[in-house]
Amino acid sequence: MKHEQAKKYGMVIDLDKCTGCGACMVACMAENNIPFKKDETNKLDSITWMRVYQLTNGKPFPNTDICYIPRPCMHCEGDHGHSPCVSVCPATATDYSLKTGIVSQIYTRCFGCRYCMAACPYHARYFNWWDPVWPDGMEKYLNPDVSPRMRGVVEKCSFCFHRYQLAMNKAFLEGRRELEEAQYQTACAQACPAGAIVFGDLNNTKHRVHRIVQPDPAHGGRPKNPKAFRLLERLGTNPKVYYLSSREWVRRLADHYLPNETPGKGH
Amino acid sequence: MDDALIPKGVKRCPLPEFLMKLGPVVALLLWGVVAMFMCWIKGLNQTNMNDSYGFALWIWADLTVIALGGGAFFTGLLRYIIGKDKLKEILNFAVLIGFICYSSALLILAIDIGQPLRGWFIFWHANVHSMLTEVAFCLTCYFGVLTIEYLPLVLENRQIDRVPFFHNLSHNMHEIMPVFAATGAFLSFFHQGSLGGVAGVLFARPFAYREGIFIWPWTFFLFTWSAAAYGPCFTIMLAKITEKITGKRLVKDDVYALLAKIAGWMMATYVVAKIVDTWYWATVTAPSKGQTLMDFYSNNPFYGIWILILEIGVGGVIPAAILITRKGRRTPFLLVTAVVLGVVGVCVNRWAMVLQVMAVPVLPFEGWPMYYPSWQEVATTLLPVAYGILLVAFSYRYLPVFPQEPELNPIVTEAREPAESEATGGAGDAEMKPAEA
Repeated sequence: MKHEQAKKYGMVIDLDKCTGCGACMVACMAENNIPFKKDETNKLDSITWMRVYQLTNGKPFPNTDICYIPRPCMHCEGDHGHSPCVSVCPATATDYSLKTGIVSQIYTRCFGCRYCMAACPYHARYFNWWDPVWPDGMEKYLNPDVSPRMRGVVEKCSFCFHRYQLAMNKAFLEGRRELEEAQYQTACAQACPAGAIVFGDLNNTKHRVHRIVQPDPAHGGRPKNPKAFRLLERLGTNPKVYYLSSREWVRRLADHYLPNETPGKGH
Repeated sequence: MDDALIPKGVKRCPLPEFLMKLGPVVALLLWGVVAMFMCWIKGLNQTNMNDSYGFALWIWADLTVIALGGGAFFTGLLRYIIGKDKLKEILNFAVLIGFICYSSALLILAIDIGQPLRGWFIFWHANVHSMLTEVAFCLTCYFGVLTIEYLPLVLENRQIDRVPFFHNLSHNMHEIMPVFAATGAFLSFFHQGSLGGVAGVLFARPFAYREGIFIWPWTFFLFTWSAAAYGPCFTIMLAKITEKITGKRLVKDDVYALLAKIAGWMMATYVVAKIVDTWYWATVTAPSKGQTLMDFYSNNPFYGIWILILEIGVGGVIPAAILITRKGRRTPFLLVTAVVLGVVGVCVNRWAMVLQVMAVPVLPFEGWPMYYPSWQEVATTLLPVAYGILLVAFSYRYLPVFPQEPELNPIVTEAREPAESEATGGAGDAEMKPAEA
């Protein structure tokens, strides 16, 4: 199956709308049974599949400007057909689906070498340094559709893949082969109060994400929308998470540029 | 007390003194064992690694010991395939060091993975695209080869050699050793290279990424080359340390000089290749990703440009310049200086290709995460060092590791008598020859 003919789920996040409220992070944690520590001050060993970064233009008051940028897994396709993380996993514990474009993680096969974490430039992969410990009674509130992960394995955003499975099961039972846009949505997209996160099939012209981004399949999915961009696009990761911003400094902070280069023209 | 086990023609200190001196090493070993079990039982939260430093001290130690253990395959290649017969006088020791290095690497890997009981998945669910898969297969196979190469030396222990079966087995293993030397060189080429490829294929990490040929980034070839260049330096350095500790000359100078000369020229050519690689990376590869050389060496508290100078200049150009000159190789001080600098150089190279890869921020709005190891990481890294010292000490005491030792250290008359009276009890002693494996 050619990937261009299949589904290619992706996301576009409007940074002009994002207020940095963190609802997407909370929804993600609850939906995916993400473990947490008693003390979460050290963010270098916390697990946040969806993480909101705060960017600043670095200018003094009154010209200071800030922007919040939510960062899920980018579900990279790779310019040459290899996601950075999928190609390096020695035990085939992570895979790129040509049916959906989703990068999966097989927790029971991962043996915790962390090579995928070294390969991912987005820090979207997290290691379980501890076994999950839930506060008393909280285990009753865990999502039964998502398996909790054990100590010593890597995990990451799955684009709420269990929701895709449930939606596909329902569709098959009802004699349908395809999903409508609203039938498969991620928890973060649904939770965002500003409607900044739009999720759908990048290959489906009816889906909003396609209409907003206007991905160009001939150029590795590069957006035709001039306001749209991707993080670290010039590394060749070919991510499926797009961002929108009307601010030039935000677009410039999404990638590295030599002093004489301009975003969108330097490469 | 253990005279019957000590090779003929050499002198060793009394057993109690030997064991007493090893006391601190055993303590170090036990400290490491405690830390190892803490990591296995409590998990990798015992380390200071984090999600920015998925690879840290242990992976550096792995890459480094495998590079330093490269002396085994390269000396074997020179001896058996190229025909540098003189190197048989140091080959036993090179194999012993290689065996220690590779067994240490496997041990560290077993501690380093989050789910040690699933370690076999790397073979069962192997992903042929992953450099680590190639590392695992070749490293494990080569460890088997090293065991086969080390075994004849063990069989040459005076008492073991008296058993006809072991004596004949040892003899026959010597006969087929060129096959294993060739196999070892073949496997080493791939796993040393794959370890270089581990960082080199990370196309989304501009500090690590290198172009290359087909599936192999330039680091693949640089790592193999550097292991062949610096591995023998480590062998020479440890042989010199052993000489210092034992107070004896164990290897003739012309053997050192030959190995140093070959290592020197390997190092010189490697350094040229490394400089070309660095120049291309700094002027073409990194700018194509939007970064300049100094982006990787500034705005952080530790990783300055000094690390590049230390690696290539101090640890590469200088030792290579010493070792390719006759005077440098023949002057003991210069020889030791060169091999020590070489070892430092390759250690720094591996550090940069592991730790600095993790440290350099890739997202433009992130800073440099810094890292220092926990005591458990330090202890488990020193564990193989202690194990190595013990294995060298016991091998040196009971096995003919250095074939030239009896010749270089003739036993004076008053010492020879008890040794000879001891030897009369062993009929097989007269047949004992220096090990050639």
